[in-house]
Amino acid sequence: MADTAALDAAPIAAALPESRDDKALQRKIFIGIAVLLVLAPFVLYPVYLMKVLCFALFALAFNLLLGYGGLLSFGHAAYFGMASYLAAYSAKAWGLTPEVAILIGTVTAALFGLLFGSLAIRRQGIYFSMITLALAQMAFFFALQAKFTGGEDGIQAVPRGNLFGAISLADDRAMYALVATVFFLGMLGIYRIIHSPFGQVLKAIRDNESRAISLGYRVNQYKLAVFVLSATLAGLAGATKAIVFQLASLTDVHWSMSGEVVLMTLVGGMGTVFGPIVGALVIVTMETYLAQFGAWVTVIQGCVFVLCVLLFREGVVGLIARILRKPL
Amino acid sequence: MMTIFGVPTQALFGQLLLGLINGSFYAILSLGLAIIFGLLNIINFAHGALYMMGAFVAWMLLTYFGLGYWWALGLAPLVVGVFGVILERVLIARLYKLDHLYGLLLTFGLALIIQGLFRNQYGVSGLPYAIPAELSGGQRLPFMFLPNYRAWVVVASLTVCIATWLVIEKTKLGAYLRAATENPTLVQAFGVNVPLFLTLTYGFGVALAGFAGVLAAPIYSVNPNMGADIIIVVFAVVVIGGMGSIIGSVITGFALGLVEGLTKVFYPEASSTVIFVIMVLVLLVKPAGLFGRTA
Repeated sequence: MADTAALDAAPIAAALPESRDDKALQRKIFIGIAVLLVLAPFVLYPVYLMKVLCFALFALAFNLLLGYGGLLSFGHAAYFGMASYLAAYSAKAWGLTPEVAILIGTVTAALFGLLFGSLAIRRQGIYFSMITLALAQMAFFFALQAKFTGGEDGIQAVPRGNLFGAISLADDRAMYALVATVFFLGMLGIYRIIHSPFGQVLKAIRDNESRAISLGYRVNQYKLAVFVLSATLAGLAGATKAIVFQLASLTDVHWSMSGEVVLMTLVGGMGTVFGPIVGALVIVTMETYLAQFGAWVTVIQGCVFVLCVLLFREGVVGLIARILRKPL
Repeated sequence: MMTIFGVPTQALFGQLLLGLINGSFYAILSLGLAIIFGLLNIINFAHGALYMMGAFVAWMLLTYFGLGYWWALGLAPLVVGVFGVILERVLIARLYKLDHLYGLLLTFGLALIIQGLFRNQYGVSGLPYAIPAELSGGQRLPFMFLPNYRAWVVVASLTVCIATWLVIEKTKLGAYLRAATENPTLVQAFGVNVPLFLTLTYGFGVALAGFAGVLAAPIYSVNPNMGADIIIVVFAVVVIGGMGSIIGSVITGFALGLVEGLTKVFYPEASSTVIFVIMVLVLLVKPAGLFGRTA
C-alpha cells in the first residue's frame, strides 16, 4: 500500500498559525498550571503528585520529539532510565547533593541522546522507531550487566540529601517544591523551544521533509538537535524521579517504560502543548488505582492503546482544542 | 580434547548449533515481518506475541485435547493465522489510510493485551513441552553431539523459508503479491482483490510466527514473555537486513544467529547485545541495510 497509504493523514495535523489571542490563552493556562501546582499538595498526596509531575515532564520531552519533530522514538526509556541510574549512583555512592546528582543524570541522558540519536536519524519512519527500540534494549542489557546498577535489585535507598547542601529534602513538601519547580521550568523550556524559529523549522521538516531540504535546511542537524533536547529533558525527568523515589531500577530502562510514555502522549494528544501532562495524569492515576489488579494493568494499557489508535487519535487535549478551535 | 582458539570443539560447535537454532527463529520471524511490511506497510509489533501464542496453542492442544507435536505443527499456525485474519479485518484494516506509526502503536497495544492475558492465565514461570518421541535422542558426530530435535528445527525452518521464497518468487500468486507491493492501486484495477490479499498476507505472516512458536516450544519453556524478548532482536535483524528482500531477511536471520552463538563462546558477556552492536555498525556503514533499497 506504499502509494495509497499516501500522506493524506500526517500523524499530527499541521497546526493552525497561532494568533496573539491563542498565545494569551496559553499564557493563562500556564498561570493556571502554576496555581494548581501550588495548591495541589494541600489537597492531594504529594508522592502521587510528584510521580505525575515526573512522568508528565517525561511525556512532554517525548512529545517534543514526536509531536514537533515527527519522530516516533520507541526507546525513550533509555534516557529516562540511564539518567535515573546515574543520579541515584552519584547521590548514593559519591554522596553528591541532589541538584548535582540530577545534573549528572541529565548530562548522561544528553550524551546517550547524542550517541543514539546520531545513529537513529540515519533511517526514517518505521525504521527509526525500530532502531531506537533496539538501541534502548542495548542500554537495558548494559544496565542489567554493569556492576554499578545493582542488576536486578537496582540502586535502592538513595539519599534525597540536602538541596544546595542546605535544604533537607527528606520532607515530602520540600521535595515537592523542587519537583514542581523542575517540572514547571522544563515545561516552559519546551514551550519556548516549540515556539522558537528552531521549532518552526522542526515543524516544517515534520510536515514536508523534502521541501525543508530544498529550502536549504540541514534537516539531519535539526533532527539530531531535537533528539538530544528530548533525551536531555527525559533524563531530567528520570533523574528527578530517582531522587524522589530514592530508587533506580531496571523498570526505568525497560521497553515497557518506553511504551508507557508513548501511551501517555497518545492519550493526552500528540503534538499538543499540554496533552502529555493530561496523559501522564490519566495513566499514572489509572495505574495507581489499578495496581490491585496486578497483571491486568498490562492488558488494560493495551486496550487503551488500541482504543486510542482506532477511535481517539487526537487525544484529550486534541479534542478540546478542536472544540475550542484553538491550538493548545 | 580438541580445541580451536583455546575453546573445546564440543563447546564451540554446541554454541554454533544453538546459534543456528536462534537464527532459525530470527529468520522465520523476520521473514513474516518483511512480508507483512512489504504489502501492508505495517510493522507488526504483535509478531512476538503471536509467536508466543503459537507455542501456547501447541501446549494447549497437548494438555486439553491430547493432540501431540505433529498435530500442533499443523494446527497451531492455522489457529494463529485465523486469529491474525480476524485482527486484520477488525482492527488493522481501519488504519491503512493513516500514517504508519499508528499501525505500530496499534500492534504494540495488541501485543500488550495478548501477553498480559497469557501472563494472567499461566503465570511467568513457563510450562514444559516435551520433545516428540520420534525426534528425541541424537547423533554422535565426530566433533559434537547433535540432538535430533535441534537438527529438525534447522531443517524445518529452512524448508519453510525456502518454500515461502519460492511461492513469492516463482508462482503466479507470488507475482500478484509482488505487484501489489509495488503498486496496489494498479493491481486492483486489473481485477485482483487487493484487500483480500492484505488480509491473507497478514494471516500467513503471523501463521509463520505461530509455526516458529511450535518449533520453539520444546527448546525453550512455553512462557508468556518469550515473544517480547525475541521481537526486539528481530527488529534489529530487520534493520540490519533491510526489509526489501525476502531471501535477504532469511540469510540475515541465520547469519546473526550464528554470530550470536560465536559470541557466546568467545565473549559471553556481549552475547545479548552483539546483534545490536552489529546493527549500529551496519547503520554507520550502510544505513539502508545489507539487502535494503534506499527509500
